[in-house]
Amino acid sequence: MSTITAVVTRDVTTAAGSPSPQGAPRRRSHLRKRLELALLLGPATLLFVTFVFLPLVAAAYYSLFDWNGFGPLVDFVGLDNYTKALGDPLFQGAISHNLFIVIASLVVQLPLSIALALLLNGKIKGRTALRLLVFAPYVLSEAVTAVIWLSLLQPNGVVDGLLEGAGLGGLVQLWLADQNIVMLTLFAVITWKYIGFGIILFLAGLQGVPEELREAAQIDGATGWQTTRLIVLPLLGPTIRIWVFLSIIGSLQLFDLVWIMTLGGPAGASTTMASYLIDRGFRRYEFGFGSAVAIILFAICFVFALFYQRFALRRDTQGAITGRVE
Amino acid sequence: MNTRSTRKYVAAGAVALMSLGALSGCSGGDGDSADGTTTLTFWHNGTTEPIQSIWQDAVDEYEKANPDITIDVVPIQNEDIDTKIPLALSSDSPPDIYFSRGGGQLATQAQSGQIADITEYTSDWIGDLGKAADNWAVDGVQHGVPYASQVVGFWYRTDLFAQAGITSTPTTLDELNDTVDKLKAAGIAPIAVGGKDRWPDAFYYNSFAVRECGEDVLKKGLAEGDLSDECFTKAGQDVIDFIATEPFQEGFNGTPAQQGAGSSAGLVANGGAAMELQGTWHKSVMQGLTDTDLDPLVGWFPFPEVDGGEGDPSATLGGGDGFACTQKHAEECADFLEFLSNDDIQSELVESQVVAIPVKEAAAATITDPVMKSVYDFNTEAAYIATYFDVALPTAAGSALNDAVANLFAGKGTAESVAEAVKAAE
Repeated sequence: MSTITAVVTRDVTTAAGSPSPQGAPRRRSHLRKRLELALLLGPATLLFVTFVFLPLVAAAYYSLFDWNGFGPLVDFVGLDNYTKALGDPLFQGAISHNLFIVIASLVVQLPLSIALALLLNGKIKGRTALRLLVFAPYVLSEAVTAVIWLSLLQPNGVVDGLLEGAGLGGLVQLWLADQNIVMLTLFAVITWKYIGFGIILFLAGLQGVPEELREAAQIDGATGWQTTRLIVLPLLGPTIRIWVFLSIIGSLQLFDLVWIMTLGGPAGASTTMASYLIDRGFRRYEFGFGSAVAIILFAICFVFALFYQRFALRRDTQGAITGRVE
Repeated sequence: MNTRSTRKYVAAGAVALMSLGALSGCSGGDGDSADGTTTLTFWHNGTTEPIQSIWQDAVDEYEKANPDITIDVVPIQNEDIDTKIPLALSSDSPPDIYFSRGGGQLATQAQSGQIADITEYTSDWIGDLGKAADNWAVDGVQHGVPYASQVVGFWYRTDLFAQAGITSTPTTLDELNDTVDKLKAAGIAPIAVGGKDRWPDAFYYNSFAVRECGEDVLKKGLAEGDLSDECFTKAGQDVIDFIATEPFQEGFNGTPAQQGAGSSAGLVANGGAAMELQGTWHKSVMQGLTDTDLDPLVGWFPFPEVDGGEGDPSATLGGGDGFACTQKHAEECADFLEFLSNDDIQSELVESQVVAIPVKEAAAATITDPVMKSVYDFNTEAAYIATYFDVALPTAAGSALNDAVANLFAGKGTAESVAEAVKAAE
């Protein structure tokens, strides 16, 4: 940003022809810089304020009222909506379901996608086709994914048929109807859909690992595993940290798949914070309460994002919100 | 992991939706232009054929007869319209005519202060629609007009019943249990239910309550949102006992109601289950999910009698579809709704099988299918119709009721828990 401005400014002064003594041109270039900033940042700022910041403030305000969306806000209840939400076993369950997805993603998807990326980075036959194959599900919209899996997972459906065909009939479950299974099922579908994204991300990260380092390690007598663990993984660090960030935020806000596949059921066994919010806000017209849930969800994501940026992404995103890193 | 970039904004987006209702409901202007013509905005949920054309043709005809009126028709998908209406009603420019199921939902919407009182504009002709129109009135004030009535009963496969050696449809709960046993013995899933969507579960609790509760207790309970009478507890217990007989298809708590061949409607349509408790729209939904002509294969019988119940055995659960008016163009809206309920359009709705029970008696003459005729006759002869509880109650309580019944289906809760959930949501 600053370099571009500097270049433009210099051009202007030379174009003006007369490099006059200090004062006026500098003031003019200052003005120009401000104008540029206003022009470039203005529209985005306006959109952000109108569609993110103001609604956020409005929701925070609504959350203090018992309000069904109609008529004036008269029934001020203070923080009642917050205590009610946090005290509701269904919402507590929703938080735990989100946490389950967060942790399961980190424990299962992270190693899996790194391993697959390493595999696909090697010189194997049909590499391009395989890369395409693992990435394909990510291209589908989440709603389409959900509708497809909803039909595949019905009892005696395609999934059950495939398992039985493979002699694994004993593994067949009531994928979406069993309260003890449904979260695992959803996690499997999430993994199916998003593993490709992780793999592509890590493949890109692997391109940034200099070949010379591996060669040097080999010459020093390092085994393949040692090279991976001591050279490749540390250099993959920035990519891993970004993946973890996106994964956790995505898991905290999980909605589409759940809403289409289970509506949070059976009996709340797969409710997430976002599905709880929509359920209470739009299905029950409890807009004050729904706003409180939205603010809680926002606060959780925001605080996490801040801390993660501050402590984990610090070295990767210099100057973003962390200030200068020495 | 969910990294699709838009997902990052679910929270912010939901917040935005919740608070920026004014924007999404915005249609701009008040619809009165300088040349004296009035523009009405008309929201309906008929996004599929044939109903979309029926409404469009009706509007075209109405505009021709009333050159000073222009109607801006906006078809909105059924699931979306329920979300858009509350947002529009909290804005400055709600639609002039919008789809409504009446009942407590309409009463909740009336709290917006935007819904019109069309009593004086409709008083001359609303009587022609019979008792169906009562559901679009709140405290004696008419807010809207229905175009169709519906009742809930069992749709069943005549071929599967015959295969299981069942010769007559059950009229009592005991007979229904026998029917279930016979179907099971024949290796047929007896009843399909779309438990994932919750509202189909609620039909069982509602129907049992209609049987267990006397008319006055039932109507008072729904009007006051107070289901503490013993008969409602009995209905809860009936549901628990009925589920215990395992009459439903495998994994019914994860089954969607109407999506695809694996849905409960799809199961019955394709012979995967023998019957389903559903509304009058169900035959056309099932027909949409199979290539087989269902006319000779599908029959209908009402919810069976329950021993010792206080309710009239001919009463039933039901409701209807209609339109409500907002204030800006109340008179024009009422006039248009009068036009919409004329015999011709009513007959067209019946002939296209969109509507099973027209609100105008004259249109009933066009019903030819014997099964549909029996449904129509049952509705005509019913002692009274109890509106779907989730529509009759205020929205929050109605939705809480559906959730509580769905919990019973998932094995959670007691006979009292439905009444408790309704009370908590009041």
